[in-house]
Amino acid sequence: MSMVLFDVPGPKARARHKIMAVIGIAAVLAGLVYVAMRFIATNQFSSRRLDWINYKQIQLSLVEAIGNTLSAFAVGAALALAFGAIFAAARLSDHAWVRAPAAVIVEIFRAIPLVIMMFFFYYGLPVAGVKLSAFTAVVVSLMLYNGSVLAEIFRAGINSLPKGQSEAAYALGMRKTQVMTFVLLPQALRAMLPTIISQLVVLLKDTALGFLITFEELLRWGTRIGGDAVNFGRPMISVMIVVALIYIGLCLLLTWLATYLEKRNRRNKKVIHLDDDAAGQVQLGNASTTVGAGLAV
Amino acid sequence: MSVLTNNLPLFLDLFWKTLQLFAVSAVLSLVLGTILAALRVSPVPVFRGIGTGYVTVLRNTPLTLVFVFFVFAYPLLDILKIENYTAAVVALSLYTAAFVCEVVRSGINTVPVGQAEASRALGLTFVQMLGNVVLPQALRSVVPPMTSTMIALLKNTTVASGFAVAQAGNIRDSLSEQGENVLFGLLWVALGFVILVMPLTYVQQVFEKRWSVAR
Amino acid sequence: MRVRTLAAVLLTSALALAACGKEGSPTDQAAPAGLFEVAKDVKVEGSPTFEKVKARGNLVIGVKEDQPGLGYKDPTTNKYSGFDIDIARLISAKLGFDPEKIQFKTVQSAAREQALINGDVDYYVGTYTINAGRKEKVSFAGPYFVAGQDLLIKADNTTITGKDTLKGKKVCSVTGSTPAKRIKDEGLTEAANVIEFQGYSQCVTKLLEGEVDAVTTDDAILKGYAAAEEGKLKVVGKTFSSEPYGIGLPKEDKALRDKVNDILQASLDDGTWQKIYEGTLGKSGSPAEKPKIDRY
Repeated sequence: MSMVLFDVPGPKARARHKIMAVIGIAAVLAGLVYVAMRFIATNQFSSRRLDWINYKQIQLSLVEAIGNTLSAFAVGAALALAFGAIFAAARLSDHAWVRAPAAVIVEIFRAIPLVIMMFFFYYGLPVAGVKLSAFTAVVVSLMLYNGSVLAEIFRAGINSLPKGQSEAAYALGMRKTQVMTFVLLPQALRAMLPTIISQLVVLLKDTALGFLITFEELLRWGTRIGGDAVNFGRPMISVMIVVALIYIGLCLLLTWLATYLEKRNRRNKKVIHLDDDAAGQVQLGNASTTVGAGLAV
Repeated sequence: MSVLTNNLPLFLDLFWKTLQLFAVSAVLSLVLGTILAALRVSPVPVFRGIGTGYVTVLRNTPLTLVFVFFVFAYPLLDILKIENYTAAVVALSLYTAAFVCEVVRSGINTVPVGQAEASRALGLTFVQMLGNVVLPQALRSVVPPMTSTMIALLKNTTVASGFAVAQAGNIRDSLSEQGENVLFGLLWVALGFVILVMPLTYVQQVFEKRWSVAR
Repeated sequence: MRVRTLAAVLLTSALALAACGKEGSPTDQAAPAGLFEVAKDVKVEGSPTFEKVKARGNLVIGVKEDQPGLGYKDPTTNKYSGFDIDIARLISAKLGFDPEKIQFKTVQSAAREQALINGDVDYYVGTYTINAGRKEKVSFAGPYFVAGQDLLIKADNTTITGKDTLKGKKVCSVTGSTPAKRIKDEGLTEAANVIEFQGYSQCVTKLLEGEVDAVTTDDAILKGYAAAEEGKLKVVGKTFSSEPYGIGLPKEDKALRDKVNDILQASLDDGTWQKIYEGTLGKSGSPAEKPKIDRY
């Protein structure tokens, strides 16, 4: 927390802060109470609208929906990491004819909205006779977009390593591939791990875009149960709160993993500490998605 | 090519609507995000807590879910009726504000401690110091990542496709209804976004280079 | 640390929930037992589909799962119910299959022809409009119901009385569907007033909130929603298209088509069809009109 901006408060300031704190709490509480009153006034938490939680079939379908979200995440993440590694290597290549197309591809896929990519694979390709399932369309789109972002992260990570590392490796007589795979990549990966994981958080959230192309994931499950008028009188509010909590929980788990790894890295003497925090720079560069991984958990 | 030339008015109209949706949400999210950032660096712990809470919740929730909430769930509460378009603007603004907040906050953190200390020594109040000394200096490290955030917002407007809000993401619907080639139509839409995004990316890189030297 | 506690809490609550899971549905919509008598020793001469099913021992029926009153899968029980489902059950019973030998399979609209061609389903019952284009790929028994595009409005709405009163009103339908296209093509309301969502239930939500004035699609589907909302919504009742629903069968199987047509005709004559209608779509309050079987 930035204590830069103000001195340690004296007695007067402390009193003022207390008053402001009371006002702040009162304002937030007033907002929450109002919303809660609306919840009650419109019967959002009536026993009928909460009843869905009790049914075994619904619990099973929820587990299945979470499973679909997580498998799209797992497959998408694995493919994106591979795509990122390949294109980062291509962009660092000594040959211009490899470097240039790789750069163009990465830039283009970073500029196209994921939704448009998913539409392309799910609605566009069948025109050309190629039928992909919603799952495949989601996973391929996630791979292309996040893979491109990861390629930039990897590249920045490798570029930020001290020059001495590769020089020393070359001096030992290693070939280019060896330098990359044995010396540069492992170090870069470790240094960039928190950034990579926060990009994976983005990927996890983006699986929810599959909702738009009828992929049976968590959010789609939520709108189906939440829109059930026959059994539960549209429990949309309570279902969406639960779905949001699940997403937040999953993302925080990943973020927590990132902070944990960062802390472990700091203790680990094998890791090179980058002076100018190149990782952070890339992150800011991709702020769209990943500003400040070190979120207070 | 014929898909584009036959439907040029459709493409132009919907891309124009994308830009409108983007502009409104951008202004709102910048205002809200800056207010949140001020909360997150304020000396009152409760305010910081409120800011952190907001950012944690919104940044870890998929945008599509925020949309679903405002389009399908919020109206059930019967508070204030909002149209689909307004719901889309609210969803985009609230979501993006969390990212804007983080950009501004990390920008503030890059301003050297001495600056704030010096302004306090001169007797400036917290608001004066933030507005006259810290924020103007933070701006240079804020602009590049802020551009990225805005690019992301521009691309995120397409999420509105699933919620009956007209913008470029809906070009596909109209094309398939008219029996046009959706495959090529979507390629043109993709190209449209590349054309919109590339100049922004370029501007961002220029600023980044210029200011990284100036530091 | 806090995250770990959170995860632990979530896990325990999930386990606690799983432990007290309720079975059954709060609104049991299953057809009354014994409505359909299972026929014995049925033979359909020259039907490859029937031979295949006999050999396999169970029947796979393609249906829809998201249309209350027609084809609806209850999320609490995973059981199907509705008019289409009961028609499918009736036919299976008359073909000599016990209810436990039937397996329902959800097939989305766009994949129906392919599912029949591939043999993934033995027959399909799910708001399947008979038309010339589809007859080239599959064959149809029936129609077992004649639907038509209609309007669903709030029960207290008196301004919308038919398709010509829609000007200036917001009309909701499903993205890319035929009803949405018809509204636009015939200029029944301004293009900007046609709101399109992914599913009819989302349109119905918007109708209940008052953000749209009408939902349009086949009256059978609308009746299902009107029945589910009990008194809050009504169907205008002036159809402006004709959608004969047929039972989709593999194209070459004429023997089975004739058999299914016989079954449908018998049910129309002996009142079974009427009973099925009253137990499902009839709950919306709209009277039924019996279809005329079209043997081609």
